[in-house]
Amino acid sequence: MKKQLEEISASAKAEISAVTDEASLRNVQVSYLGKKGKLTAILRGMGALSAEERPLIGALANEIRVDLEETIKLKLDSLKAAELENRLKNEKIDVTLPARSKSTGRFHPLSQVENELTEIFVGMGFEIAEGPEVELSYNNFDALNAPADHPSRDFQDTFYISPEVLLRTQTSPVQIRAMKGKTPPIRIISPGRVYRFDEVDATHSPMFHQLEGLVVGKGITMGDLKGTLAMFAKAYFGEETKTRFRPHNFPFTEPSAEVDVSCFVCGGKGCRLCKGEGWIEILGAGMVHPRVLENCGIDTDVYSGFAFGVGLERIVMIKYGIDDMRYLYENDLRFLSQF
Amino acid sequence: MKVSLNWIKDFVDFDTDAKTYADVMTATGTKVEGYEILGEDIQNVVVGRIDSTEKHPDADRLTICSVSVGKERPVQIVTGATNIKAGDIVPVCLDGALLPGGKKIKAGKLRGVLSEGMLCSIEELGVTLHEFPYAAEDGILIIEEPCEIGQDIREALMLSDTVVDFELTFNRPDCLAFIGIARETAASFKKPFVLKEPKYNECKDGEKVGDYISVDIQNPVLCPRYSAAVVKNVKIAPSPLWLRMRLRAAGVRPINNIVDITNYVMLEYGQPMHAFDYSYISSHKIVVRNAKDGEEITTLDGNKHPLNSEMLCIADGEKPVALAGIMGGLNSEILDTTATVVFESANFNRSNIRHTSRAVGLRTESSGKFEKGLPPYNTVPALKRALELVEQLGCGDIVEGIIDVCNADIQPRKIKFDAEKVNALLGTELSFEEMAEIMKPLELIGDKAEGTLLVPPYRSDMERTADIAEEVSRLYGFDKIQPTLFKSEVTQGKLSPEQSFTADLKKLAVDLGFFEIATYSFVSPKSVDRIMLPEDDARRNFIKILNPLGEDTSVMRTTAIPSMLEVIAYNKNRKAEKIALFECAKLYFPTEDGLSEEKKSFVLASCGNGDFYDLKGCVESIFDSLGIKETKYTAEAAAAFHPGICASVKSKNKELGVIGAIHPAVAAEYSLPNDVYLAVLDVEKLFAVADTSKKFVKLPAFPSLTRDLALVMDKDIEAGVVAEKIRSFGGKTLESIKIFDVYTGKGVDEGKKSVAYNLVFRAADKTMSDADADTAVAKILKKLENEMGIVLR
Repeated sequence: MKKQLEEISASAKAEISAVTDEASLRNVQVSYLGKKGKLTAILRGMGALSAEERPLIGALANEIRVDLEETIKLKLDSLKAAELENRLKNEKIDVTLPARSKSTGRFHPLSQVENELTEIFVGMGFEIAEGPEVELSYNNFDALNAPADHPSRDFQDTFYISPEVLLRTQTSPVQIRAMKGKTPPIRIISPGRVYRFDEVDATHSPMFHQLEGLVVGKGITMGDLKGTLAMFAKAYFGEETKTRFRPHNFPFTEPSAEVDVSCFVCGGKGCRLCKGEGWIEILGAGMVHPRVLENCGIDTDVYSGFAFGVGLERIVMIKYGIDDMRYLYENDLRFLSQF
Repeated sequence: MKVSLNWIKDFVDFDTDAKTYADVMTATGTKVEGYEILGEDIQNVVVGRIDSTEKHPDADRLTICSVSVGKERPVQIVTGATNIKAGDIVPVCLDGALLPGGKKIKAGKLRGVLSEGMLCSIEELGVTLHEFPYAAEDGILIIEEPCEIGQDIREALMLSDTVVDFELTFNRPDCLAFIGIARETAASFKKPFVLKEPKYNECKDGEKVGDYISVDIQNPVLCPRYSAAVVKNVKIAPSPLWLRMRLRAAGVRPINNIVDITNYVMLEYGQPMHAFDYSYISSHKIVVRNAKDGEEITTLDGNKHPLNSEMLCIADGEKPVALAGIMGGLNSEILDTTATVVFESANFNRSNIRHTSRAVGLRTESSGKFEKGLPPYNTVPALKRALELVEQLGCGDIVEGIIDVCNADIQPRKIKFDAEKVNALLGTELSFEEMAEIMKPLELIGDKAEGTLLVPPYRSDMERTADIAEEVSRLYGFDKIQPTLFKSEVTQGKLSPEQSFTADLKKLAVDLGFFEIATYSFVSPKSVDRIMLPEDDARRNFIKILNPLGEDTSVMRTTAIPSMLEVIAYNKNRKAEKIALFECAKLYFPTEDGLSEEKKSFVLASCGNGDFYDLKGCVESIFDSLGIKETKYTAEAAAAFHPGICASVKSKNKELGVIGAIHPAVAAEYSLPNDVYLAVLDVEKLFAVADTSKKFVKLPAFPSLTRDLALVMDKDIEAGVVAEKIRSFGGKTLESIKIFDVYTGKGVDEGKKSVAYNLVFRAADKTMSDADADTAVAKILKKLENEMGIVLR
């Protein structure tokens, strides 16, 4: 009996080792360990054994069963591993084939720059003020201290809707509206569309975008204007950026300045972008003219303020090296998808 | 404005290279656009005297000259020129000389004879007949100026100068004068500014200017001041070299002594002047008046201009003799025969000059200056300077006295000067004395005891503390003001809820694959015809621009559809395949007060990129993210849209916009295919219905049961309407309902369709049994059949 058992064990192991797929292994398992299996048959026939033999054979048979079960399990694992390996081998794909497009769109570059600037100023405590583009001439010119005979008021410079109403030539009238409705402290930016009587060419457009800022409060100084714009320039153009203020004249600020930033391409050494100057003109700024504050009912003995403005088209063009403004309004997808 | 630095040095003693000068002036507020160093490109050219000439032995057309050039021995030069003879003073290029245009002259042999240089013409020296009227056009310049043999030609002919081009600001018309620039130069370099009072001798023969001429200003608003003087026994001749070369540096063409003097004074004092030939001033009267309709004038340039009553003219007893401040009349032009001259130095209203100049299409140096608003103060000093030059040039006798009719305030003013307030505005700590010292070269004189600043009459821009702060800060140096961060109450920087909402809306469109476009706010009024808006559509009521660039940009848009379709067509023409665009566009509607109501319209567009349901899906995703709930799509034939493929979108009974395919005729109008789909939504209304408040709902405790129903109904019944019915019949346990298939064809009768609905049932308090669900379904089916004739397939 013992010999018989050992033979069963040996032949089972041989068969297990020979199988190459899971189904055959299951067959082998059934043929030995199943209800009608060879080992099971032996166990069933143990009744015929003597009382001395029975525990010995029983123990041996059990040992063999455990051993076979273990062997089958190992075999099964190795078969599965082989099968997985085989599958992985066959499932290799060509990763260079084109993707099924699920692309997102893009913001217009003007919006992108507007969003970037807005984010910086909001972070500095500014709110966003909006106002109408069809605006009173008073808010666009008179309240902003533009002289009555300033050429910018001409039909050749400004689009008029009626003698008193025009398409705003700057976003500054939003400042007038903001100041009229509020007591300081005021800290706003106003991005938006503005209009000037210019034929379309590479550097002009009858409609373009500005972003202006205004701070009014107690004890606001020119030093504060410099500090604020220096902080903005570093945030937008990089930590190394320097700013330079050049005196200028705007009707609504006094003193007024044009503000340059050190060229972000060459760092100030001089290159093609900055035309060898090392500086790029970017902003107009100044201390709010006291007459403008007075026009809005703000007491100039108590309050002072500064304002600044930037042309978004200019920023977009220098930032991305765009040489023709017309691209911005043609909306060619090949252009829009670059940004 | 082009300024000669040699000229500036008449008033300020400074010495610096051009680059530094430009940088310093720009830093103090007089912006330099560029500069040119005249004479820089001429080297090793000297004055020579031709001692003798002889024919070239081997060339008939060449002459050999022996030329003294101030060295030990004369040089030998072979020339082809024919206008020279022994004794002529000529410019000589020595061996290694450099001429304008980079031309290099070297010694060499000409037909076997050594030539140690070259004699040159005016053209080769970079000057013209205007500066050297006596020169031969095609020959060697025979110099008639006093000079020394061997002298550098640049010195002898005054060819060296530095010309600086300034960009001047609107508030400083006083800088349209070289003396204004000189003042700024003095202040910038901290040097004294010296302007001498013009001095001259009048003719003491008993004649007075009033004996010659009278001045009558009939419109003192348009002509606040008119000053005049008379010069008799005039000898018209070319001006001396120094004056001609200064005019040249400033870009003005020399003509004759009298005309040159008017131009010289205009440049120096910024005061345009005019000279009339006295003999053509009828009745010996100068009348400053508005022209009469129908009058005309032929200006010095030979053009005839019809005049009208809005134009100011200078007339004599009969006729206009000048277009005031713009150009003189041909009828009183200074000619070689002119014997008596009337000098005009007047001030005119800038707007009137600008309008007249534009109306007649004539812009001159003079009108350009008057347009900027010149100070009336200047007329007399400028006139006196002109008379000083008349005497200096010896071109006539000055009749005693000047006429000055003045209706303008030309006195200096005092303004309040509080140094503390200036410091408070600038963030500086300068003393009164330091500030006063800074401003002194500008003739702005501080008085500490009085707390005032004396302002000269040509600085009408100076009014108050801010103006003083500007003068102090720019001359002190903007770069010396320390950057600080303002102290103020903390303000919360944030976007308003509507601004955030709009930003989110745009971001969602981008996330869903749409590209943002930016198009003009003004459009052609015909654009609404192109999208077939009906005649009575409110969107045809435009805000019109009075002075548009052209019809295509003449009205403010009331719909963003035309611009969108144009952009799609533009891209389609460039072979774009899948197009998905959006614009958040402002629309402009006229209001009763003549202003506008401005609304944001959000337009999503697709072309070659799926159908109605794809775009509807995008709209729904956006709505879902923004908390726009209970949306309802109702078939509607909106203008510009395909009547059968168009729906209005509502939420909470508010109309949000329209979604659909564009009308085939509109598509044809823009040469677009028929698969252009638009969703046009009103941002304000979207914001109004959006509910972003969120509240936790417990996850269901019991499992759900689903039932799929294929229902056969008339083709015209909208599947969504049936879904709503099912919902109303479904009872509390019907959790959701989805349409997942529409089928027509085999097995479904003609005129019918089969719509598949997926129903999910769930009870809140127990696990539903199949029987429960079946009961609910049976109830639904029964009602559908009774009410709508809809049956299970």
